[in-house]
Order: sequence, then C-alpha cells, then structure tokens
Amino acid sequence: MTSSRLFPLATTFVIFLIAYGLCIAEFPNMLSTRVVGNLLTDNAFLGIAAVGMTFVILSGGIDLSIGSVIAFTGVFLAVAMGDWGVPPVLALVIVLALTTAFGALMGAMIHYLAMPPFIVTLAGMFFARGMAFLISIDSVPITADLYDTLQGLYYRMPGGGRLTFIGVAMLAVVLLGIVLAHFTSFGRNVYAIGGNRQSAELMGVPIARTTILIYALSSFLAGLAGIAFSLYTSAGYSLAAVGVELDAIAAVVIGGTLLTGGSGYVAGTLLGILIMGLIQTYIVFDGTLSSWWTKIVIGLLLFSFIALQRGLVWLSARRRGAAMPA
Amino acid sequence: MIGREPLLRADGVTKEFFGVTALSNVDFELAAGEIHALVGENGAGKSTLIKILTGAYRRDRGRIALEGESIDPADVMDAQKLGIGTVYQEVNLLPNLTVAENLFLGREPKRFGLTSPREANRRSREILSQYGLDIDVTAVLATYSVAVRQIVAIARAVDLSGKVLILDEPTASLDAAEVSRLFSILEDLKARGLGIVFITHFFDQVYRIADRVTILRNGQKVATRPIAGLERIELVSMMLGRELQEQEAHGAEPVDYSKKPVVASFEGVGKRGRIAPFDLTMHAGEVVGVAGLLGSGRTETAELMFGIAQPDEGRIAVDGRPASFSSPREAIHHGFGFCPEDRKLDGIVDDLSVRENVILALQARRGWAKPLSRKEQEEIADRYIAALDIRTSDREKPIKFLSGGNQQKVILARWLATDPRLLILDEPTRGIDVGAHAEIIRLIGELRERGMSLLVISSELEELVAYATRVRVLADRRHTGELEAGAITPDTIMRAIAAGEDETPGDRGGKGRAAEILAEGAA
Amino acid sequence: MTMPATIKRVLPQLAALVVILALNTAIAPGFLDIAYANGRLYGSLIDILNRGAPVALLAIGMTLVIATRGIDLSVGAVMAICGAVAAALITGDHSLAATILMTLGVGILCGLWNGALVAFLGIQPIIATLILMVAGRGIAQLITEGVILTFNDPGLIFVGSGSVFGMPFPVILWIVIGIAASLIFRTTALGLLVEAIGINRRASALAGIGTSALLLAVYAASGLCAAVAGIVAAADIRGADANNAGLWLELDAILAVVVGGNSLMGGRFSIAGSLIGAMIIQSVNTGILLAGFPPEFNLVIKAAIIVVILVVQSPASHTLFAFFKHRPGRAAETPAGAAKPEEGGAR
Repeated sequence: MTSSRLFPLATTFVIFLIAYGLCIAEFPNMLSTRVVGNLLTDNAFLGIAAVGMTFVILSGGIDLSIGSVIAFTGVFLAVAMGDWGVPPVLALVIVLALTTAFGALMGAMIHYLAMPPFIVTLAGMFFARGMAFLISIDSVPITADLYDTLQGLYYRMPGGGRLTFIGVAMLAVVLLGIVLAHFTSFGRNVYAIGGNRQSAELMGVPIARTTILIYALSSFLAGLAGIAFSLYTSAGYSLAAVGVELDAIAAVVIGGTLLTGGSGYVAGTLLGILIMGLIQTYIVFDGTLSSWWTKIVIGLLLFSFIALQRGLVWLSARRRGAAMPA
Repeated sequence: MIGREPLLRADGVTKEFFGVTALSNVDFELAAGEIHALVGENGAGKSTLIKILTGAYRRDRGRIALEGESIDPADVMDAQKLGIGTVYQEVNLLPNLTVAENLFLGREPKRFGLTSPREANRRSREILSQYGLDIDVTAVLATYSVAVRQIVAIARAVDLSGKVLILDEPTASLDAAEVSRLFSILEDLKARGLGIVFITHFFDQVYRIADRVTILRNGQKVATRPIAGLERIELVSMMLGRELQEQEAHGAEPVDYSKKPVVASFEGVGKRGRIAPFDLTMHAGEVVGVAGLLGSGRTETAELMFGIAQPDEGRIAVDGRPASFSSPREAIHHGFGFCPEDRKLDGIVDDLSVRENVILALQARRGWAKPLSRKEQEEIADRYIAALDIRTSDREKPIKFLSGGNQQKVILARWLATDPRLLILDEPTRGIDVGAHAEIIRLIGELRERGMSLLVISSELEELVAYATRVRVLADRRHTGELEAGAITPDTIMRAIAAGEDETPGDRGGKGRAAEILAEGAA
Repeated sequence: MTMPATIKRVLPQLAALVVILALNTAIAPGFLDIAYANGRLYGSLIDILNRGAPVALLAIGMTLVIATRGIDLSVGAVMAICGAVAAALITGDHSLAATILMTLGVGILCGLWNGALVAFLGIQPIIATLILMVAGRGIAQLITEGVILTFNDPGLIFVGSGSVFGMPFPVILWIVIGIAASLIFRTTALGLLVEAIGINRRASALAGIGTSALLLAVYAASGLCAAVAGIVAAADIRGADANNAGLWLELDAILAVVVGGNSLMGGRFSIAGSLIGAMIIQSVNTGILLAGFPPEFNLVIKAAIIVVILVVQSPASHTLFAFFKHRPGRAAETPAGAAKPEEGGAR
C-alpha cells in the first residue's frame, strides 16, 4: 500500500490522537473507560449505518435514505411488537428483510435506469420516511422482554465503563465490514466500480449485481442501525434520525474515504465516528459551549478533508505531468 | 502460415448500428505465433471488428471460429474464458487498485472462503517476472507509468486468456524506449504461440513488429498482406483509398517571410515535463504544419500557444507587444483560435444547436452583456453553413446529430466567425469522411491566401505536404527541426521525425542534428 | 427565446398542473373559489401560490445551478443562516433596508463560497455544497444563540405576510424575481453560456467562456435566492428558527426543478418550468390535505413523482423507446437522418 493511499487514513488517526490528547489535557476525566464506553454506545447506530455508507461511497455513490430507513425500522418494530403482536425476533427478521429488499430495489433503479444515486436515494428517503409516518406519527415506546435482555447486556470494564450490547454490535459490524471490504471479491468489486466503472466492466466485474448488493447492504445496515437506535431509545419515532445520512457521510469522509469513490477504509470510518463523538463529548464536558459547535466543527473537518483529497489528486496529476483540463 | 488452420478466423462479419453499416462482410484470420497488424483510418471499422471479436458487440451476420470451433462470445468475460484477451488503449485496469488486485480482479485466490491478498501478491510477482518486471505489486497502479500499466494489462490478458491477445493502440502514449520494451514482450508472447492482433497508427511499428497486415476502410476489408515485400506507399494508398501523387503536386509555394507581417512570436516558450522550450514565429499568410508521433509534444505546443497551459519560461509577443495568456479567453482576445483534437470532449457542445455552436466563441468574446441578436446569430450560422458546406437539415438541429466531418466544420465555423488572425488546428481531419476531409484541406489553403496565420497539427503526412508552407518537426517533447517549402514530402517528414527520435536528449529546440540530416537529404 | 417556444417548452408541466388542480377541484368543490377580504385575496389557489413561495424562490437559483450540471444542497441551510442574520440585524436596531441588504449579501457570500469550491478547487458540486449543508445550521444557531429569535418589525413582517394589490407579498416576490431572472438570462447571452458550460465545460472554456466566473455567479445567484427565501420564511413566522427554517427545502427545490422538465445532467433550462414545478408540488400537498389523507402521505407521493420522472428521463428508457437514439459513442460518427427527440424528458 502506498503512502498516498494511506495518507488520509493516517491523517485521520493522527487527528484523532491529537484531539483526544487535547481533550485529556483539559479534562483528565475523559481518559476513562466510562467515556470510551459511552462514546461507543452513543454512536453505535451511527457507526453501523456509516459502515454501509462507506461501501456506497467507495463505489462512487451516495445513499441519502439511511436516516429515513432507521426511523422506519424503529417505528415498524415498535408498532409490530406492540400493536400487531408480532414476536420480537420475527419482527426483527421481517424488518431487516424489508429494508434489505428496499435497498436492493434502489440499487436496481440506479443501475437499470442509469440515474444518479443521489436522486434515486432521495426518492428512497421520502418513501421510507413517508412509510414510517403512515405506520405511526407518534413516538411509540417499545416494551419487549428481548429488548430488556439486550439492554441489560453489558461488560463492565475496569474503571466502571460499560461496554454495551449495541456498542459491541457496532464494533462487530466494523470488523465484518473490514473483512467484507478487503477479503472478499465483493469488496474488490466495490473498489473497482468506484475506481472506474467502465474499466471495471471491461475487466468483468458484475456491475449490476454489485450495485444492487451495495445498496442492499447499505439499507440492511441502516435497518440494523435502526434496531440499535430502538434499543438505545426504547422507542420508535418516525421523526427520529433526521439527517443521520449527513453525519454518516461526514464520518466516512473524515475517515479518509475519497468521496469520488475507489479509495478508503472501513476502519477509517470508525475513526471518523469516534472523532465526531469526541467533539460532542468535549462539548458536554466543557458545559459552556453550545451543541451547534459540533456541526460547525464537523463542517470544518469535512472541508479540510475534501480539500486535502483534492490536493492529493492534484499533486499526483502534477507528478505524472498529465494535462489539467481547462 | 498458409495451409494451417488459423487460430482465429472470422468470415463475412457484418455489424450495423441503427441502419448504418459499421462493418460489412469482413473476413479476418490470425495464425498462432503471428503478430497481425490491423490498420485503417479512424472510422474504418477497426474498433468495431475487435469489439466483435472480444464480445463487446454481437455481430449481426458472419461466423467466428477459434481453433476451428465456432464461437459467439456473449460478453468480454465470455471471450476471455474462450481465450481471447484484450488490452485497450488506456481505459483499462483500475488505477486505484494495487497491481496485484488488478491482475486478479474477478478471480481472486481464496483461502477459507476469503480472498488471500498474500497469495495474489505472490502470484503477481511470479507472473510479472516473466515480463521482466520487478515492481512492488502492493502499490496502487496509479503510481506507475503508462508503460508499466500497459505491461500489467498485457500480463492480465495473457494470464486470463492465453490464446489470442488483442492490442488496441498500445503504443499511443509510450516513448521510444518503452515501445521497444513492449515489442520485445510481444516477440516473446509470439514465440510462446499466441496470436496477437495489433492495432496502430504508426507505420514504422507495423513494419517493425507485424508479420501480416489487414487494411480496413469504410467498414470493409481492403486486403490482408504479408509485411515482407509490401511497399509503404502501397499500404498508405490502400488505407487512404486514393493515389497520393496528385496531392503532392499541390504542395504550397515557398513563402518569403520577410514580406509577411509577424502575427505572434514565441521565444523559448516551454513547460517542464510537457514540452522543451521552443522558438516559433507565426507570420500572416502561412501554414505551419506540425509533425511528430503521438506524444511528441504537438498538442502541448498548441496548449502553450493558446493559454490552455501556462509556460514556465519564455516570452510571447503579439504584434510585437509582450503578451501572456493565463487562459484561452485571453488568447482569444488577441485574435487566436483553436480547434482541439478531441472534437467530442473539447469541441462540440453536443446538446446545443448548430447555430449556437457556431456563435459560441464570438459570443464569449463579446461578453455576456452584449448578446448577438437572434437574427445576427442566424445570419452568421447560415453564412458558414453555406460557406463550409455544412450538411445539416436545419441550423437549429443539435450538433450531436451531425456526422463527424460536419461537426468539425461547425467548430471551424465557430472560430472563423471570430475572424481570428492565428488559427491552431489540432488534427482537423481526424475521424471524418473523405469528402469533408478534402474540403477542410481546401479551406486551409483558402484561409492562408486570405492572410490568416495557421498552425496545423496532423498525423497525416500527405496532408501536411498538401497545405503546409513549412513543417515543424517534433520528437520526444522537443521541436527538433523544420522543413521549408519545397523540401516537404511525406518521406522527408518521416525521416525528420525519425532523426529527431534518434537524437540524444539535451539538444534543445531549434535546428539540431535532425535539420542537418535533412539538409543533407535535400541536397 | 420567443414566447411561443417558452410556452411549448413548459406545456407538459402546465398540463400536469391543470390536471392536479382539476383533481383538487373534484375533491373539494370550493377549491377554485377566491374571496377578497381585508384588502387581500383568500382561497386555496392563493394559498398554493403563497405557500409555494420559498420553494419557488429556491427553485429559481437551483435551476441555474443544475443547468451548469451542478447541484446546491446548501440552500436550506443558507435559508436558516439568512433568516437568523435578518432577525439578529433587525433586533439589533438596524434599519429595514440595511437588514435586507446585508442579509442578501450574506446569501451571496454563502453562494460564492460554494461556487469557489466548485470552480476553483474543482470539487464535485454535491460534495462542495454538502459542507455548508452540514455546517450551515450550526452557523445559524450560532447567530441565534440557539433560541428562536423573534422580531416584530412591521416592515420585515410585511415581507412574509403583507400583500400588494390583494396578492400576498411572497407571491409577488417569486413571480417578480422569476421573471427578472428569466429576462436577465434570456435577453443577455448568460443563458446560452450557462447551458454551454453545463453541457460541456471543457469545450466551453476552450471557446473562451469564462467558466469559473460564470459558475461563481450561478452559485451566488442560488445563494441570493436562498437569502430571499430565508427572509420570507422568517418573516412568515416572525422569527428565525435555525433548526427548522428551510429544513429539507433543498430537496423540494431540486424536485421542483426536475418536475419542471430540467435535466439533472445540466444544459437546457427553463426557469418558468421550475416555477410551475414548484406549484405542482404545492398543489399536490394541498390536494392531499383536501382529500383527507394525512399530510405524511406527501412524502410517499413525492417519492412516486421522482420515480416516475426518473423512469421517463432515464437513458435506459430512451434507448428502449427510441430506436433512432444511438449509442453515445457512435452517434457522432453516424449521419443522423433520424428525427430528434424533443428536449426535456418529462412528458
């Protein structure tokens, strides 16, 4: 792996270390397993969804529907388990099947209609949110034994921090995402399509199947994120998770993945999530800073990384002496 | 080769696109252990033929047999499995993946159900060592030169297919040393019994490497001939489908520069890594032809002259006053015009009408606040449609529905409408039909007589002979020599290019050894 | 552009609007009634014109951006910023004129930022404008300090809820700005130049068009439109709500542009089409309410509209239905005797 490929990831890692170091210097308490545990738990659903977004962006696409899918999942679960009397496990299976099929449908439209992913997943965003509204417009509490059990599952780390079920689930998803990205043909195909769709096709990458799988995976993970979110909040609400797609995109980019596709790491996305979580934690610790600083800092980080990526592309083009288009 | 069953054989292959015949009843055969060149002008049907052979297109009629068995590849993968591999010019491989990933994309070695990068890397090193390539296979392909990428692409194609290798202009962006290296690889593969189809524009390469050549023109096969004993001039006339002698007779008269006003002068203008510093003075009423192989710095020269790229040294003067262009816009304001080589990408604005395409540069120069009235636009468009004989049913027709030759004339009209003093034409006749070809050559002569200064880049040597008052020769990103009117023939140009390619780097611009050789030749 | 050509261009959109209005009338018989009371007009039609104002305003700028093959995701956030700026200035005892001018200036600045990223750094528009989309609401909250900043300046309130000759002021605003923008772009060469860079930016630059300046101008125009929409939205509720002002309106604006028959691939554009598109969307919203469906149904309908347009505009369905449409790579090589399909896919 060359330096230019790893450079954005390394940058992210260094930024994370520096940021964490600065936080600890100011608030020594932040160096506790309690903070680490909360960081994982609070960002679990976002992390799971961001892994799916990583694959989408690696392929050169974008998925705007994941926030809506998360909300739909929560509402569906709450109403299915509560009002419709569906057994919890069955409800989970059904909702994952629904979201996966939904993603596959979006992927199929993107491929066969040859339309920008942005507009197709925009329709998906409206549709999933609309369906959530149609099921219920209220915040529906979830009461199920399964939920109590899962919420009660945690490992107490030395120092009192709790490694919760959803926190561990997120880490597991990240690990599986790394394996999928780097040790399967599917993963290679995702990178190939993101690098150059036409070349990938000439080299025999199954474009249609891979595209459909990518969006199915993204929606499946959004469904999983929805389950994690419902475990986190013990409720389903159709107005929940608004704008999560933006947070996920931000995490992926801050994690060093090229927004134009073809280059990046799932592990970077986890770092991106942690950096964003760290900013929020810092603001909570500080107490005087307002939460809107989170958005501004994330915006700044986004800009820095996008500019950094452009700079790298520009440099490598210069090095090759290739003509820059007018 | 005769008498043996050919490795690959196509009989009567025909392909139409929406009623337009791209390939008509073409026969082709390739023997094992043969390098077979496929030549023809753009639009002759070369790429259609190879796309049919490699499964990218399905033929409408005809038969294709590989080792005597009839085949009908459904797609590129299918053809690869059958044994036919292809290396395209540049849109190949994936620069964002590592060398090993490129070699094994779609057939990654697996362990326990997961891909094994380590195994892929090991086997990649093994494969590439057969090609004398010892590189870090875990580095992304983008870090390597085009030549290395080309070899990796060949390695992949051979490893995947193993019987037939099709190379589509593989040398287009390679330098001389890289071409030699590529050719020695091809010789090796030939010795291993592969059949190689080699598409190229370069005659010298055909003669250097090929055993036989098949010439296509206008979708039809002209002939298949062994290279041995084939006269160059015969090959050219088969490709062009016309006798050359009559055109040579039309060569331009020598020009007395001292009486011609200088339009613009370029002194020591150069850009590192793109083109070595060169001097060039453009007079009114002359056509400076620019000859050289692809990648010799021809387009780069034009780009510096037109402000597309900025020189990092040298002086430019227009009408004797110093000037510098940071963009084409500024060059245009000095009365320059530029018809780019890639008409589709850089020339036409495809959804706009013929009228809008014609007036675009003029309108851009006037500025947005001074629009040409609809009536003025129509007058200008109609004037050039008539003057250049642009074949369109309607001036409001989107330009994308015109043929290549007519699109080229529209782009020419776009610049003529601005009444330029210096017009740069980069491969103005590439990929256009014969009729339009002749008209554009005639037009260049007319413009010169009207006092315009023209710089015309062309790979068609006969064409340069027909209209150039002098020819600037480029090689290896340097201006290596110049031929004066009277000394310009395809042969002298070719020899000048060849001489330039042989020169040791370090000789800067001006009249180097190449010019001396030419002087001897002319004497 | 002559008038008949303009009208012909938006005919499908007009037809769709008429059908939807007819459906609405069928659902609610009083739909077309317009009453005049207290110096202003009332009625469902007026309501549609009025409520559709922010999206219509955004759609004007968005049309231009999309014509350059770009997209501006930040307009919702810019609305929030500008609403906050206007509220902060007017409560900070600035005059109405100063407030409005400075707010419009902020909108233009936001647009210039986007434009600079696109034109000079060469960042894809969707990515470039994403930055301000994410950060914008934070900036707006920074200005309002996290509260809904209310004001009661009658002048500013008039922008949102006043009326002129009985017509609500926001309606006047979007119609006037829409006509002005159309005139600016169609009586000068701007329209042609914008279309040219949207279709082929490289070729346009080589033809001498100042592509960077044009891109900057177009994004600045989008920012300006967002600023006006932001003032209207804030004036309507007499306060700046950094969290909710303009939320998701960028998506409605894009939808309006697409419904208006403009291609996301850039090139030919029609501001009139986009404005009618905005009214179609608003009419559907109103129709759903009138039909007694829950308002949430809206989103599903919007999704359905996008899908229909995608299918109609899709290159795949073009090749399916139009035999004379060649493969893009071949088209230029082949003398095209075939007729040309009409521009704009939404038919």
